[in-house]
Amino acid sequence: MSDHAILRVVARLVIPLFMLFGLYVQFHGEYSPGGGFQAGVLFGAAWILFVLIYGLDTGLRVIPEALIYNLACLGVLLYCLIGVLGVALGGHFLNFDVLWTTPKAAQQAGIILVELGVGVTVAAVVMLFFTCFVRRRALNKTGADTDQWREDNHDHDS
Amino acid sequence: MTTILSLFNYWAVIALMMVGYYCLIAHGNMIKKIMGLGIFQTSVFIMFISAGKVLGGSTPILREGVTEYSNPLPHVLILTAIVVGIATTAVALALAVRIQEAFGTIEDDQLSEADPEDAAGQ
Amino acid sequence: MIYLIDITLLVFLIVVAYAVVRVTDLFEAAMLFAIYSLLSAGLFAMLDAGDVALTEAAVGAGIGTILMLAALALTHRYERPAPGRNPTALAIVIVTGLGLGYASLDLPEFGAADNPVHTHVAPYYIQQTYDDTGVSNLVAAILASYRSIDTLGEAVVILTAGIIVFALLAPGAGRGKRTSTTRSEEAE
Repeated sequence: MSDHAILRVVARLVIPLFMLFGLYVQFHGEYSPGGGFQAGVLFGAAWILFVLIYGLDTGLRVIPEALIYNLACLGVLLYCLIGVLGVALGGHFLNFDVLWTTPKAAQQAGIILVELGVGVTVAAVVMLFFTCFVRRRALNKTGADTDQWREDNHDHDS
Repeated sequence: MTTILSLFNYWAVIALMMVGYYCLIAHGNMIKKIMGLGIFQTSVFIMFISAGKVLGGSTPILREGVTEYSNPLPHVLILTAIVVGIATTAVALALAVRIQEAFGTIEDDQLSEADPEDAAGQ
Repeated sequence: MIYLIDITLLVFLIVVAYAVVRVTDLFEAAMLFAIYSLLSAGLFAMLDAGDVALTEAAVGAGIGTILMLAALALTHRYERPAPGRNPTALAIVIVTGLGLGYASLDLPEFGAADNPVHTHVAPYYIQQTYDDTGVSNLVAAILASYRSIDTLGEAVVILTAGIIVFALLAPGAGRGKRTSTTRSEEAE
């Protein structure tokens, strides 16, 4: 779709704003509506918009596939590590009070790190969903399926 | 006034639930069924959130000048439920795609014809 | 005045849901489903649920629509309309709806501040969260600090869904039958 001038220009303006807004929602989750899930979905949606305009190969050069797989698992791993860190420092699993000197600062640090882990996992999984569906479409297109799909739908048209 | 409003609220949610339920059981296309399930899920979320609302309250974010807040606990539950709902929808759609590739159709009755032993429960 | 917006949004939701069920072009149905998600996000915002409205708009209207359109591109676009009506399904739906409607007469009044759901644990969270955690957003504090294990479970669920979709739709999936037969041939 990169030969449509309007789509290209608007995407170039909108995608960085999208990603910046995703980061804003992630880190302001404690003071306004937001948090990890919303930010992850916004970031993944910005990447999906990029792929829709410029193609899957260009999108995978920006964020390689191996990075998507690793980030998906690293987010949950970060969450579990914060929990185990609570145990290692003397409290229960996922007890944030022991992570720093004062309880309030420790709670805020714990909440920010945990939401970061969740946000990274959700963004990576959203990108993974889209990549899998698009790859399957490319795989099926090389077979004879394309014409069969069109013929089926032309049958229902009349 | 609030009695009529609360009855209308819950009955509208029940109407939405039944529309989604009908779509789930009466249509044969798998993707239509998944859409019906999504309508059902979102109507249940509306019921929970409307049970947590306090008239005269406000969004549960602590700030100046607001004394009464709506109940934050249903919001937490529904946040988790929305994310789990989209996860199961994605898995269901991936399964529908694989069924289409294996049998050539995603309609219920055509699938029963394509795989008669499985349809007969053996 | 505010009640009028609630009632209007609910009526629109019922109309759009009925339209999703009735159209046979699944592309139209996916677009109407996105409208349904966006209207319900508006209803959540009217009901003082800021976080939930943001999540429903992003997830339901954004990612849900993209996934449905991607699945439609891989399967058929038109639904085969079922011949005739389906009286059994209609009867089941009407009976269930009437039963639920009868049960809803026992529900407490909408929005009253002394409902049982508002007097049990919620006052503790509203009063104590800032002293315990220093965070203003009550929903984020409960999600990440008080009920942190549930959020860990949710993150694991979404990771599992990603792994399942990868296992079902990765380029090598579904093409493995040939390798298993060649291995058994080599064993012989």
